[in-house]
Amino acid sequence: MTIDTTPGLEPASPAHASGSVFTSKSRMGAFFEAWPPLVLIALFWIGLIAVVVIGAKWIAPYDFMALDLRARLIPPVFMGGSWVHPLGTDELGRDVLSRLIVSIRISMVIAFLSTLIAAIVGVSLGFLAAYFRGRVEQVILMLIDAQAAMPFMIIALAVLAFLGSSLFLFTILMGFYGWERIARISRGLAISANERGYATAVRDLGATPIRIYARHILPNIASTLIVSLTLNFPEVILLESGLSFLGLGVQPPMTSLGNMVGYGRDYIQSAPWIMLAPSAAIVVTTLSISILGDWMRDKFDPTLD
Amino acid sequence: MVQYLLMKIFRALVTVTLIVSAAFVVLRLSGDPAIIILGPEAPPEAFEAFRRNWGLDQPIWVQYFKYFVAVAQGDLGNSMRDGRSALVVVGERIPLTLAITLPALFIKLAIGLPAGVVAALYRNTWVDRLIMMLSVAGFTVPSFVLGLVLAMIFAVWLGWLPSGGSDTWAHAVLPTVTMGLVGAAVIARFTRSAMLEVLGQPYIRTASAKGLLWRNVVRSHALPNAAIPTLTIIGFLVGSLVAGAVVVESVFSWPGVGRLLVNAVANRDLAVVQVILLLVGLTMVGANLAVDILYGIVDPRLRIKRLQAGS
Repeated sequence: MTIDTTPGLEPASPAHASGSVFTSKSRMGAFFEAWPPLVLIALFWIGLIAVVVIGAKWIAPYDFMALDLRARLIPPVFMGGSWVHPLGTDELGRDVLSRLIVSIRISMVIAFLSTLIAAIVGVSLGFLAAYFRGRVEQVILMLIDAQAAMPFMIIALAVLAFLGSSLFLFTILMGFYGWERIARISRGLAISANERGYATAVRDLGATPIRIYARHILPNIASTLIVSLTLNFPEVILLESGLSFLGLGVQPPMTSLGNMVGYGRDYIQSAPWIMLAPSAAIVVTTLSISILGDWMRDKFDPTLD
Repeated sequence: MVQYLLMKIFRALVTVTLIVSAAFVVLRLSGDPAIIILGPEAPPEAFEAFRRNWGLDQPIWVQYFKYFVAVAQGDLGNSMRDGRSALVVVGERIPLTLAITLPALFIKLAIGLPAGVVAALYRNTWVDRLIMMLSVAGFTVPSFVLGLVLAMIFAVWLGWLPSGGSDTWAHAVLPTVTMGLVGAAVIARFTRSAMLEVLGQPYIRTASAKGLLWRNVVRSHALPNAAIPTLTIIGFLVGSLVAGAVVVESVFSWPGVGRLLVNAVANRDLAVVQVILLLVGLTMVGANLAVDILYGIVDPRLRIKRLQAGS
């Protein structure tokens, strides 16, 4: 075997650093290898969304509920409107951009809290199954199977039929989306982590089970869990916006992305921008998070599906 | 084989029991239907009569037991809104839903399976990247957005197809295509990873090492083995034929089971919601059971492995 002497693979010596094109090129190549452009764009968008979520109050040019009946159905600036309402107004003269910003905030907060709930429920049940094994594990596995056998949308609709839709209950309901997948993953990971030296070591030192699971096993399996939570997040956004679109999720006067698309569809002919703006926000956001999640999975844990 | 079958059927029964119980808990315990239906200002006698009529005045475990017996006998009560049997109300919508979900299933399989296989065979080439990009797009575009965009293009701008209703076959085109495209993305992705998994197996290396043409390796070694995990997702799709169209039916005002469910939820028509919930549960469990049995027939390894796993 001969030693490969392409310039890019050599350690950067002063001679190369001065003149060689290859070195800098390969460095840029290496940068984009580690951070693919698509991932960078996705990260940028997620950052933008984060800013919007945190600063919604200061960014939104108008109150999202403020009516202006003299300025109804004004088109956005790129469809012949003006910068007064960059994304136009709706049938009651409410500023679409302001509503979009508030909608993004509400949809993201719901998705974030729901994913957090799913993580807590899933990890707890997964760990319980891994710790007790036997009967407890069988019961938890049975619950997982039953949950996986039912489309979540149908269950959510049945629960909403009775509880109605307060924002609080709705968020908790969304929190049950995906718990079974997280429970299954954390059970499997905890069982194999239990066999590892570090778990045995702290157990022999007399640590309580809660300490072992919370302080030692959880941090060790966190990267895989975070990847699967990242992949859960866009699905919750889609579910929430679907239910809100049907008029069964977030209720007016509150607004969410799905909710906006839902009433915007009545104006699909005369004012398509009411519907298109939130649709684009949903698509680009879920796409960005999916891209990020897939990339993280390939990087940290290729075994996850 | 018999033991495998019995175990699977037992599991299916347990799941059905869980679903029936969940329906009972959700629909009976989380609120007082009398107040919801009659409103809080109704006279006390009306409450009494309502509770007696629906058996709501009895202890909860009696209600639970009676509920089970009634479900087993197919007596699921009347629609609390229009008084007809809830089973009939739901039943008459099923053909309409199948009229769009069956063709949609066909589109999903016809596009999704070949796309997934091709993407796996040409892994990391531009073909794979293109297919996966479309697939990710299919995952992240919600069906109501895709539906509305298609309606905007083909109904509003071009005027080729109607945007809502169910009078002619042309009305079925947009809902069917919307569901088909979204589902195809799911199948393509799943098929690709099943296929990649198989292509990495030693028996594929053996088959090509002994000099088989690559297309023969794919045809007689890779495809049959990749078909097995793909069965699971197809089972899920078959199971959701009845109620997989909740959102799309609402987008296109298609009067199927999904739209009935949305209206029933909005009107709090519990009997109808419950029938649909049980119907979906039963079809899902039935489809899963069928897939499990098929597994057992197609792949003898699973019969043994699952028994040894002892679950």
